[in-house]
Amino acid sequence: MMQLTINGIPHELDVDPEMPLLWVLRDILGMTGTKYGCGEALCGACTVHIDGHAVRSCVTPVRRASAKAVTSIEGLSPDGNHPLQRAWTEMGVPQCGFCQAGQLMTAAALLKKNPRPSPTDIDRSLAGNLCRCGAYNRIRAAIQKVADEAKQP
Amino acid sequence: MSAIDERRNAGRVVVGMRADAALFLPRPLRTSACVCFFRAMKRAAWTLAWLLLGCHAAKAPVSQPDDPSRLRSPEAFAQVRDMGSRSQALFREASKVMLHPRCTNCHPPDDTPRQLASQRPHDPPVARGNEGQGVPGMECASCHQDVNLELARVPGAPNWHLAPIEAAWLGRTPSQICEQLKDPTRNGGKTLQAIVDHAANDALVAWGWSPGHDREPAPGTQEIYGALMQAWLDTGAHCPQGGLP
Repeated sequence: MMQLTINGIPHELDVDPEMPLLWVLRDILGMTGTKYGCGEALCGACTVHIDGHAVRSCVTPVRRASAKAVTSIEGLSPDGNHPLQRAWTEMGVPQCGFCQAGQLMTAAALLKKNPRPSPTDIDRSLAGNLCRCGAYNRIRAAIQKVADEAKQP
Repeated sequence: MSAIDERRNAGRVVVGMRADAALFLPRPLRTSACVCFFRAMKRAAWTLAWLLLGCHAAKAPVSQPDDPSRLRSPEAFAQVRDMGSRSQALFREASKVMLHPRCTNCHPPDDTPRQLASQRPHDPPVARGNEGQGVPGMECASCHQDVNLELARVPGAPNWHLAPIEAAWLGRTPSQICEQLKDPTRNGGKTLQAIVDHAANDALVAWGWSPGHDREPAPGTQEIYGALMQAWLDTGAHCPQGGLP
């Protein structure tokens, strides 16, 4: 049995330890906010956190999350009020929205470790999250907005 | 000529005489002419081979025709009597591993790891970050696991990360790599024995010989690589001079 804590809730799951974490989230637990994009860790749509580190859940064996804290988009904030989620809404960032869960989780991992990132920092951290709609400018602006607000005393 | 004769004559091509030339000889002479010609050619070939081998051995006793994909063990260098020269030759042999794309791709002189045999920049784009582990949100371990993922084709090994920029190998010569390995300001303050042990035993180094998917492994084995490095150290850790990247 696999012991997992997902969004603060402990789970005991009888799954293959090599099963991708994404499969566990979506197919076993029904948490479909995290998206399947490429399945090869190339697009970032499936990004979640393990102990605060962003990981691509489509290639992460669930054994790696054993006894660790997993955060998916459903657990980023209790009611969708994470500063990034507010900025996303205010600036109308998403277009089709498919990649946005991954974009938000990557941006949240960045801001947690670097609350005041430079534009270069943002570009480097988000470079691996693809957006087929091309909403990159709005994604960057929303992260910058949250970073600028963090800079204010 | 019967079909059987044609087949017999065709077979003589193998022993060094064109079958159609033999047909112009009187039948009793055909066989003996072929045999004489074959014997003469055989003697000439052996004489030439021995001459070439002798010249080559006199010039370079260790540097036999070299295959970059093959890694010779330290015993192959025992005939080099001068200890300094042997040490240099051992390092140059070990550098076949260091200069292979499986190793240089993660020993870049800049902030970008490389990929594949073509050594193209890593895709998706990634940056070195602190400690060579990537940047927040895009760390090496965001995608690379502790094992290769055959279905997703993502390579993996424990503690996947970039080598320090001071330990860059990409574009360096064996001589330059050797000098930087011996320099405590560029080797992380390690002893040479610690560097040899790292080469021989480190799990991430071992990945170079088990790269998964369709990636070409580094030459030889980690055991031979480690033995070459140990022999290099035991013979005085002399660095080869010059050479091309």
